[in-house]
Amino acid sequence: MTRCVIVGAGQAGLQIAETLRRGGFEGELLLLGDESSLPYQRPPLSKKYLLNEVEAARLLFRPAEHFAKLKVEVRLDTQVARIERATRELVLADGSHLTYDRLALTTGARVRQLSVPGAADSRVCYLRGLADAERIRVQLAAARRVAIIGGGFIGLEVAAIARQLGKEVTVIEAQSRVLQRVVAPAISSFFHTLHTGYGVRILLEQQVNHLERAAECSTVVTDDGTRVAVDLIVVGIGVVPNVELADAAGLICEAGIVVDEFACTSDPVIVAAGDCTRHRNLLYALPQRLESVQNAVDQAKVAVGTLLGAPVAYAQVPWFWSDQYEVKLQIAGIATGYDDLVLRGVPADGSFSAFYFAGERVIAVDSINRPAEHMAARKLIAAGGRCTKAQVADLATDLKSIL
Amino acid sequence: MPKITYIDLDGASHVCEVANGLSVMEGAVANGVPGILAICGGSCACSTCHAYVDEAWTAEVGAANEIEDATLDLANDRKAQSRLTCQIVVKPAFEGLVIHVAKND
Repeated sequence: MTRCVIVGAGQAGLQIAETLRRGGFEGELLLLGDESSLPYQRPPLSKKYLLNEVEAARLLFRPAEHFAKLKVEVRLDTQVARIERATRELVLADGSHLTYDRLALTTGARVRQLSVPGAADSRVCYLRGLADAERIRVQLAAARRVAIIGGGFIGLEVAAIARQLGKEVTVIEAQSRVLQRVVAPAISSFFHTLHTGYGVRILLEQQVNHLERAAECSTVVTDDGTRVAVDLIVVGIGVVPNVELADAAGLICEAGIVVDEFACTSDPVIVAAGDCTRHRNLLYALPQRLESVQNAVDQAKVAVGTLLGAPVAYAQVPWFWSDQYEVKLQIAGIATGYDDLVLRGVPADGSFSAFYFAGERVIAVDSINRPAEHMAARKLIAAGGRCTKAQVADLATDLKSIL
Repeated sequence: MPKITYIDLDGASHVCEVANGLSVMEGAVANGVPGILAICGGSCACSTCHAYVDEAWTAEVGAANEIEDATLDLANDRKAQSRLTCQIVVKPAFEGLVIHVAKND
């Protein structure tokens, strides 16, 4: 390999560039990003950044000189129009060509757009990138009332910030509970109580029917006729993986760029990593698509092993986190397919963990303000999750002792 | 701005001026100190900004809180002087602080 091009300058793209250099790759290395900023951290965008606690410069992973030192050529504001696999070339939106002999796709995901009448309203914001967060920050400062469409992580994190800034907040969720896609009912219930305790109004099982715009405010109208008049609407209804480039080039895509446990696509000279992939993880029977820092970083390292000809299969326990008010939720593992939930500690105390069992094995653990248990859970799951429900429920049992 | 000396895994010293209020991790990242990865961006979620506070400075810097202490369980080669540098906020008294980068991966 003499020239590697990375398409996508997010967490995964940056990790591939750095790990390639650390792994001894001395050839040409290009990192292409379609945003205007050098690679930056996304998690704070829905947290500290919106609270005005950090400025944009502090979100950068690395200063510009770092890339020069690493001999990584970073091209920002760069759109790739297509991949010509036969000649191993990228065609950029400006018509220029770039050759590669290895290609890494870290194209990430984009927000799912609200598709109801009236959704094209300047009071409607989405949150994915720095520019989105900046727009929300400005509009939030001027708003008195805020509607959040979608009670997932992004929606609830923004709701928490908006409440901390003293705004009147209404969360509108289509499902029967918040965070339904990611956690068990007991955890949803904890977060529901947390938010309502802080004064957030949560509307469940409410589909947004349309938005109405007037000079002084916009109104969210749900299917049952409920009307929520606000100054700002933040939509957090999930993301769509950016597969178009790969798909148009004939790479196999199934709601994500399909990669094997070595982060390799259906073209052996092209790897992919991060939110854009549907990937194999040796810990799981089924392929997965995850939206997380952990997956971006760990899968990027796997991709580098493949690029350097020293493949190592992906077999990491996924983990996630969310910060809302004084609560830190940490999730270890994937709960899909669980058949029993065992609580350790009491939700009313504001600190507990929920263990998801499939048969006699722990497959995932949600920890609320219990970082030590989260860490123990990651190790426990990596080791196969063998423990009893009694051990987990008994606070006198040291989790580390059952590893 | 206090001058902080970061000693990387190869033994090289990086003397960096870091603004008060930033974290010791941010000072390392902004100055390209190798080995401080900080993949979670300073949320105390990952342990990849692990370092050892020089023994002469442990009292001044102080100890980890409960969350950091738990997160440090994930770090390689934890020692008594281990801290997650994202959780150490730089202040004027840190003039001359010495930080030894740990093995992060």
